[in-house]
Amino acid sequence: MYRYDEFDAAFVRERVEQFRHQVERRLKGELSEDQFKPFRLMNGLYLQLHAYMLRVAVPYGTLSARQLRRLAHIARKYDKGYGHFTTRQNIQFNWPRLKDVPDILAELATVEMHAIQTSGNVIRNVTADHFAGAAAGEVEDPRPVAELIRQWSSLHPEFSFLPRKFKIAVSGSAEDRAALRYHDLAVQIVRNGKGETGYRVLVGGGMGRTPYLGYVLGDFVEKPDLLAYLEAVLRVYNAEGRRDNLYKSRIKILAHTLGPDEMRERVLREFREIKAAGTLQLAEAERARIAAYFAPPAFETLPDEMPSGDADFAAWVATNTHRHRMPGYVLATISLKPIGGVPGDVSHQQLDGLAGLMDEFGFAEIRASHEQNLVLPHVRRKDLPALHARLRELGLGTANAGLASDIIACPGLDYCDLANARSIPVAQKIAERLAPRQNEIGELKIKISGCINACGHHHAGHIGILGVDKKGVEFYQLLLGGSAAEDASIGEIMGPGFGEHEIAGAVERVVDAYLKLRREGERFLDTYRRLGMEPFKNVAYGEELHAAH
Amino acid sequence: MAQMLTANRLIDGCVLYWRGADWSEDFAEGAVFGGDAEAKAALRAAQPFVAGNVVVNPYLFELKDGRPLKEREWIRALGPSVRPDLGKQADNPPSGFARRAAPDKPAVERDDDVSI
Repeated sequence: MYRYDEFDAAFVRERVEQFRHQVERRLKGELSEDQFKPFRLMNGLYLQLHAYMLRVAVPYGTLSARQLRRLAHIARKYDKGYGHFTTRQNIQFNWPRLKDVPDILAELATVEMHAIQTSGNVIRNVTADHFAGAAAGEVEDPRPVAELIRQWSSLHPEFSFLPRKFKIAVSGSAEDRAALRYHDLAVQIVRNGKGETGYRVLVGGGMGRTPYLGYVLGDFVEKPDLLAYLEAVLRVYNAEGRRDNLYKSRIKILAHTLGPDEMRERVLREFREIKAAGTLQLAEAERARIAAYFAPPAFETLPDEMPSGDADFAAWVATNTHRHRMPGYVLATISLKPIGGVPGDVSHQQLDGLAGLMDEFGFAEIRASHEQNLVLPHVRRKDLPALHARLRELGLGTANAGLASDIIACPGLDYCDLANARSIPVAQKIAERLAPRQNEIGELKIKISGCINACGHHHAGHIGILGVDKKGVEFYQLLLGGSAAEDASIGEIMGPGFGEHEIAGAVERVVDAYLKLRREGERFLDTYRRLGMEPFKNVAYGEELHAAH
Repeated sequence: MAQMLTANRLIDGCVLYWRGADWSEDFAEGAVFGGDAEAKAALRAAQPFVAGNVVVNPYLFELKDGRPLKEREWIRALGPSVRPDLGKQADNPPSGFARRAAPDKPAVERDDDVSI
């Protein structure tokens, strides 16, 4: 893992004390709320429905056992005993008191964490493939690149007041586990015809009110040029992004208004200027210095056999473990989606328990995924039975990764000031209905947002659900056919919305139709793409499945 | 339509209700205004508490049959619907109303403008 140098550590400490002073001034009345609000948002502190909410950055989703223990301590001492992992690989605390937040930030600083740039019109926490450095078939570990981008984008003076927030994702695989095409900007490590590695840069993706898939801006950006290229993209956006209309202010609007050719030309103009000035060139030595922090563990030579166990263990291995690049190892997904639970929530006991488990099995790190789960990247196959037993003791042994009950849901109206409808109870009802059949159903990505801001990624769900407010009553739109993977697509809205007590039944009828209509080997998404909306729409609104299908 | 005045307490964000001269954490103690003029007068009367750094973001919300019209205000008054052990509902359930019973049918007719 990356470790702070003396400058990083000193900076974060100073920032904590600066915010402590700002909070003191606010509480004494020396700052009004209007004056204070930008300061608290710069430090990740929001005011939600019931209390303040602190969003803590987890760069590219990577956490150590020491950091987990500190998060557990914060949850216990300053909050109500739990945290919530978000779709940007961050963790949020839902109940901190304003007067305690400087102390919380000071606690975070002791384990090299902070909440800077988790809000505001800046470059937000950089996310990455949660299988980074471990996935079979990966071209290169994306975390060193993510770290370089993090360093470049942290407090970048030119990009502290962008037209709107800016989200970057990085992956080193052809399989997309980082939702690259839904990001403002994405970096994919690729290999060219000569066998050299470089970067494919995509731009203009986004969810929200106007969803777009990003397009390829740079086919193959050479390694020394990456930051210069990104700086060029941000300069074009900063200068030309819409500041006059909040709804048109993201780079997706600029990128798709200009189109790929014009956007590319404008970026290249800036890029040539930056490159000619000789700045932001990434020397091999500097890239190697950063990469050294992410050196893989000393892998043992192990047989590639999967140990056997009871039916629960076999089910968990089948769904929650994934092929590793080294024989004898697997990646293991720790589901934060117990059936009927709150997606992404984790208690302080579970955080401490996971830290203990990391020590016990020698895991240096754990990852938060954008799907609101945790991932252990390097698990010896022979350790799986003991690991699974320990996870079950912690209430973290749910075998559902990638299945119907592994639902992404934003906090929704149960917590969020922006939400129009609740997300979590809808996720719980759907999970409870579909869980008994989820292995038969197979891969199914259900994603739920409580408002159009789309924190629950509803546009990218095989089945997406968007909560809306209709005269004070919660309604839910159903979308089908979205994907955030390498076959990315934007879900199509089915039609009129469903009431709070209808939506889970509608989803179940859609799934039932899929089970009747699917061909051998087809996922829900494949069947939808083959047949279109009509058969699913008919059953969702209560009609019999047409015989022609 | 009847209204109430709410805000969040500055120091901890706790949801508060205006009870005529000061604030209460309990929905049931909040003052109910029958008319717009009365409600706006309360909003004006609350401003010194904003200037005095006691509360932030005061606003009026509507009631129907003595209960918040919008789900949002029900949830603020009680706590997260998915965590009955948290929020006001945990230790001191607000008197005067309970969480809305699930209707058998949608409260409003479905139509095509359920969109953003």
